[in-house]
Amino acid sequence: MIYRETGQYKTSYESDQQLFPILQDKAFILIVLAFVFGAVPFLASEYLFRAILIPFLILALAAIGLNILVGFCGQVSLGTGGFMAVGAYAAYNLAIRLPDLNLLVVFLLAGAAATVVGVLFGLPSLRIKGFYLAVATLAAQFFLDWAFARIGWFTNYAPSGSVTAPAIRIFGYTFASPVEKYLLVLAIVCIFALVARNLTRGAIGRSWMAMRDMDVAAEVIGIRPLYAKVTAFAVSSFFVGLAGALWAFVYLGAWEPLAFDVNRSFQLLFMVIIGGLGSILGSFLGAAFIVILPLMLNQMPGWLGMELSTALISHIEVMVFGTLIIFFLIVEPHGLARLWAIGKEKLRLWPFPH
Amino acid sequence: MNIFQKRWMTWVLFGLLAVGAFAPLFSADTRLPQWLEVVLGGLMSGVLYSLVALGLVLIFKASGVFNFAQGAMVLFAALSLVRLMEKMPFAVALAVTVLIMIAVAWLIERLVLRPLVNQEGIVLFMATLGIAYFLDGLGQTIWGSDIYTLDVGMPKEPKILLESVFEGGILVGMEDVIAALISATLVAVLALFFQKTGTGRALRAVADDHQAAQSIGIPLNRIWVIVWTVSGLVALVAGIIWGSKLGVQFSLQLVALKALPVVILGGFTSIPGAIIGGLIIGLGEKISEVYLGPMLGGGIENWFAYVLALVFLLFRPEGLFGERHIDRV
Repeated sequence: MIYRETGQYKTSYESDQQLFPILQDKAFILIVLAFVFGAVPFLASEYLFRAILIPFLILALAAIGLNILVGFCGQVSLGTGGFMAVGAYAAYNLAIRLPDLNLLVVFLLAGAAATVVGVLFGLPSLRIKGFYLAVATLAAQFFLDWAFARIGWFTNYAPSGSVTAPAIRIFGYTFASPVEKYLLVLAIVCIFALVARNLTRGAIGRSWMAMRDMDVAAEVIGIRPLYAKVTAFAVSSFFVGLAGALWAFVYLGAWEPLAFDVNRSFQLLFMVIIGGLGSILGSFLGAAFIVILPLMLNQMPGWLGMELSTALISHIEVMVFGTLIIFFLIVEPHGLARLWAIGKEKLRLWPFPH
Repeated sequence: MNIFQKRWMTWVLFGLLAVGAFAPLFSADTRLPQWLEVVLGGLMSGVLYSLVALGLVLIFKASGVFNFAQGAMVLFAALSLVRLMEKMPFAVALAVTVLIMIAVAWLIERLVLRPLVNQEGIVLFMATLGIAYFLDGLGQTIWGSDIYTLDVGMPKEPKILLESVFEGGILVGMEDVIAALISATLVAVLALFFQKTGTGRALRAVADDHQAAQSIGIPLNRIWVIVWTVSGLVALVAGIIWGSKLGVQFSLQLVALKALPVVILGGFTSIPGAIIGGLIIGLGEKISEVYLGPMLGGGIENWFAYVLALVFLLFRPEGLFGERHIDRV
């Protein structure tokens, strides 16, 4: 009933191929956008921006990037944290060495730097497949971790290895308060989510999916594996690198190489799997889940009135986190995006039986 | 075509590796006894990597699960043993730990693998990451998170060999020798178990083809419990050896990250691969650390093994001994 499509005729190719062909979807997305741009800045508290909304948005962007690689092209990568680090350190070096450069350009160039590194480490994917590739991408992660910790040039010879990002000034305007930072990140994430959505709908996205579903068959029907896989690595790394630069500049402010270690890679992979492989919406849902869950678990003993030591809480938190991951995988291996799709399907008929 | 011709590239790689291993000898300031010590040390730690890799290979062979929780199992087993030993004699504690590992295997099969049967590999891999988190948390909740020293009576003092040949001889840790012997025995026992017993044959049948094995009446679920138990016990042995070397602590589970390049180098499905891969990685890591590390600023042991494995994979994408995968449309 709510989701009834009756009467929505598509009379041209344009209307058939538009981004949101169903009127309700279009209305829903416009309402959501109006809400997050117009209402949230006035409603949310400073804590909400700092601890939840900003990390959620940035990690969602990184998750979209990883989802392009894992969900759309089927190449499992465990080196995402390393590519985020490339973006972060590239942005840092550009910002301090070329202070006159517009920061938006710096962010885009950071993404480009991650693209170059990503393509370099993506080339073995032409030979290596499946879990062999997953472990091989760990090589990228550990090598990059080492490079940023040991090669002084990247950190501008900071003695402790930790670096501080300059203030965020774009066109002479300084983004200092959490609300301003939130709006900046939100705008960037919305634009690139739209880009990702359109890329995955188009010819290039279809070639990725063909590669994922069966690479030999895709090759037979004329999709070049080199082109498909390398573009997937390139686009994915660009998103991840951009997210890394934002993570460092907007969220962390000051950071050391540990901020982008292998646990970050696993965290992003969790987001993609729990959110839903091959779904842009799923990347957002997964990021929200993984960002909010630890905060909830952290608060839980307080709400239940239990007195536990911090060490014990952190151990129990890890335990519950693991259990919930397994639980979600068992209940819905196709992720939260799938639950969303099922819900929509149900709403189409509800409250009628047929 | 004989196997040596088909695998010439592999032999070239082995050759290059050997050249790399011997190369330090031609540098002026390397002494032969010192180099021998490094080589021996590398091979010994390689055997220990093999031990962890073995657990991974066993599970992957029998259930197609890439078990990331192996490191967590090593930590959990070692923690259980070391804390139980405070309250009871070693033999009893060992028996109880074995029982615990069997229970863990049974629970994993019942609560995680069975509901996820027929899911894609990546989903199962994620599930084992969940198991790893859970075991980490559980182990430290029950047993505490301090550093414990595990003493199972292994001799600590190094022995000096070949004193008559070289001045000063070469230093070998007896601990390492015993650990290597234990690992070798374990591998031999496992090989016998797989080749000669009925259960071992059933395991190999399951590894070949789940459906065919099930259709001739092999109980899949029981086989999985057995495999996870065996790799739990392998984890226990690895935990004892690593634990008495480094102390039982959280970082013990990082040993699993060292075992991953070993597994992809040797091939996911091959037990000999795990052993030879372990030796290559151990040797390569030590030699690069001692002779290459100072040139690059140190700390390269974290990634060197991975890059080494990656280079091998470029020429043999299924590892040295992995089953060759034939793509069909």
